[in-house]
Amino acid sequence: MKKTQGNYTILVITVENKFGVLARVSGLFSRRGVNIKSLAVAPTDKAEFSRITVDLDIELEGVSLDQIINQLDKLINVVEIRALDPAESVERELMIVTVEAEASQRDELVDHLDKVGGKVLNIGTESMMLSLVETSSVIDDFESFLSGYGIVELQRTGRVALDSL
Amino acid sequence: MTSENIDGGKALIRSLEKEGVEVMFGLPGGAILPVYDPIIDSTIRHILVRHEQGAGHMAQGYAQATGKPGVAMVTSGPAATNIVTPLCDAYLDSIPLVVITGQVPLAAIGTDAFQECDTTGITMGVTKHNFLVKDAQDIPRIVKEAFHIATTGRPGPVLIDLPKDIVDPNSPRSELDWVDDPEMDLPGYKPEKDIDFSGIEKAVELIQTSERPVFYIGGGILKARAAEALRELVEITGIHVVTTLMARGAFPDSHELCLGMPGMHGNYTAVTSMQKSDLLVALGARFDDRVTGKVDGFAPDAKIIHVDIDPAEIGKVRKPDVAINGDCRLVIEAMVDLLRQQDATQTDRSEWKSTISGWQERFPLTYEDSEPGSRLKPQYVLEQLRDLTPEDTIVASGVGQHQMWTSQYWSFDHPYTWINSGGLGTMGFSIPAAIGAKVGNPDRMVWAVDGDGCFQMTAQELVTSTVENIPIKVALLNNSYLGMVRQWQDMFYEERFSEVFLSDDVPNYKAWAESMGCVGIRVDSPEEVPEAIAKANEIEDRSVVIDFRTAPEERVYPMVPAGKDNSSIVVPPSQESQER
Repeated sequence: MKKTQGNYTILVITVENKFGVLARVSGLFSRRGVNIKSLAVAPTDKAEFSRITVDLDIELEGVSLDQIINQLDKLINVVEIRALDPAESVERELMIVTVEAEASQRDELVDHLDKVGGKVLNIGTESMMLSLVETSSVIDDFESFLSGYGIVELQRTGRVALDSL
Repeated sequence: MTSENIDGGKALIRSLEKEGVEVMFGLPGGAILPVYDPIIDSTIRHILVRHEQGAGHMAQGYAQATGKPGVAMVTSGPAATNIVTPLCDAYLDSIPLVVITGQVPLAAIGTDAFQECDTTGITMGVTKHNFLVKDAQDIPRIVKEAFHIATTGRPGPVLIDLPKDIVDPNSPRSELDWVDDPEMDLPGYKPEKDIDFSGIEKAVELIQTSERPVFYIGGGILKARAAEALRELVEITGIHVVTTLMARGAFPDSHELCLGMPGMHGNYTAVTSMQKSDLLVALGARFDDRVTGKVDGFAPDAKIIHVDIDPAEIGKVRKPDVAINGDCRLVIEAMVDLLRQQDATQTDRSEWKSTISGWQERFPLTYEDSEPGSRLKPQYVLEQLRDLTPEDTIVASGVGQHQMWTSQYWSFDHPYTWINSGGLGTMGFSIPAAIGAKVGNPDRMVWAVDGDGCFQMTAQELVTSTVENIPIKVALLNNSYLGMVRQWQDMFYEERFSEVFLSDDVPNYKAWAESMGCVGIRVDSPEEVPEAIAKANEIEDRSVVIDFRTAPEERVYPMVPAGKDNSSIVVPPSQESQER
């Protein structure tokens, strides 16, 4: 069941769309001292179910991933759970970021943004708000590029993923 | 279909009646008050406890002895927190419970209202599932779901938290249309497993070819009502059986193939046969640390067949060679069917059998008789109790040395006659659990074997037994100490006894028992033991407490020290020179 590549594992959990379910799922990680790197939760095409995408560091010290999966599967509100193989899935993440940018710096910034396929969302006098939908590793790289300008505020959504076709 | 408008409190009680609930254990309070009113008109017998923990343990004892789900009901806040221990106990020992707690009105939730606590949050990790009901209309469905979840698959405790305004007839929120047969809505819960027959074939092949096999029987056999099927399997194969602390009685101790209890205080033969086996067939067992000792050194030559209804148990501790996820009874029956179809050419196991009988001869359970004038030997008291009570007596124990001695020295020949707190190890379990067992089996004799430390935690439930007319008998093995902790300090802390001495003369147990409406007897010398037990057995109209004054320095043997592997088993001094 354990499918990993690189340094992360994606769990995809279909749950009943009810109050308390996220606490039950996240509680199972916290009880074992496992940190969730990122978490995305939203209803699926069926309103009664939500899909939770959990991104975990693979170095789960002394904790078996299979064990976590089996125990999550035992939760009454969990309908389905599986680990996605990063090599056989398509993943995206959204970042929105406000970055310091004087007028003189903006051409270079936008030029780079275009290359990775990002968008300008908002322009202020001394800063710009940008968005980028890409794989987490591309976003990592872009984030470190932006840090040279000075990041004012940043939010990433965490990975979401589907099986490759 | 005619619709009937009722309130949430009535709907709850009616739903419980529809689930076949005959008895519930509880204690009322502010938030749960509206549900206590319809109890007056209900067919359900309510037993009023003296502490909410008692309600939970009684429900556990009832469930363990009858196989039916135990039901407890208490109010919000402190009552809910008081019942957390029984919930956790039931969770670890897979006991079907439905616990109903009151909660402050919906609008008050989250305001730190009087007797408010986050009951579903607190109990999330100690229940199989819990519900916070927000709409009275959901009550019939949720009760049905709660019983379904508690009793199917791997059983466990389920909690229903009921805000006051959805059960209070004076509140408009409590109105609902009664639904006689609500449809469950549990899309994520699929307790039935399709049994993998290829696994059964592989298992049978391993069983047939193994030279030193042992059946490792856990509490799952009892949960699956599989004792009869197991006996058939054992007799067809002629393989020896160990029964864990949770499985005592699942296979008769009097059977020649029964080796008794393995584990930290298991007998030498049970522990060593597992350790030296080449095949362990784990049936409804979970490789608990008290059974395996140091996991790395556990049964190093054994292949493992692991049968369990809970997929999360398989491979949790030890990776099996054959894993079968399913109900133990169905799996065993399938194994028996397959074995019957095959030629009975079995591997020659005569050498293994003689090795086992050699261990049994050299390392029986043993203790030294007490010196005249000194305190009683607890093992002697238990042997007398075992021999002087009816064969189908139900025994409930607390936690500690007395629990281990009871499991060792009793002879369990019937399933569901042994009730104890195995996983959580809850001191004070025995008296309320015995009361619950007696409620479920009014015609059977029920003995609680307790220690003095345990007794002082829950003895007040003997008042419940008197007032509710549920006569039990308590064998108090009173050594004036927290005996198991004392034993560890004795063996592993250089006899530095820290905070384990209770008292030699306080409380006066005889007087305490009498003040609670019981008969109290104090026994100091061995000659008095049979007489006191006989007297207790004759008393049927009230509970009896016998204060047996036992020797504090007595150790439970054998013992596998914590963190050591099972080959490091420590035997009593009289057996130290025996060839291992």
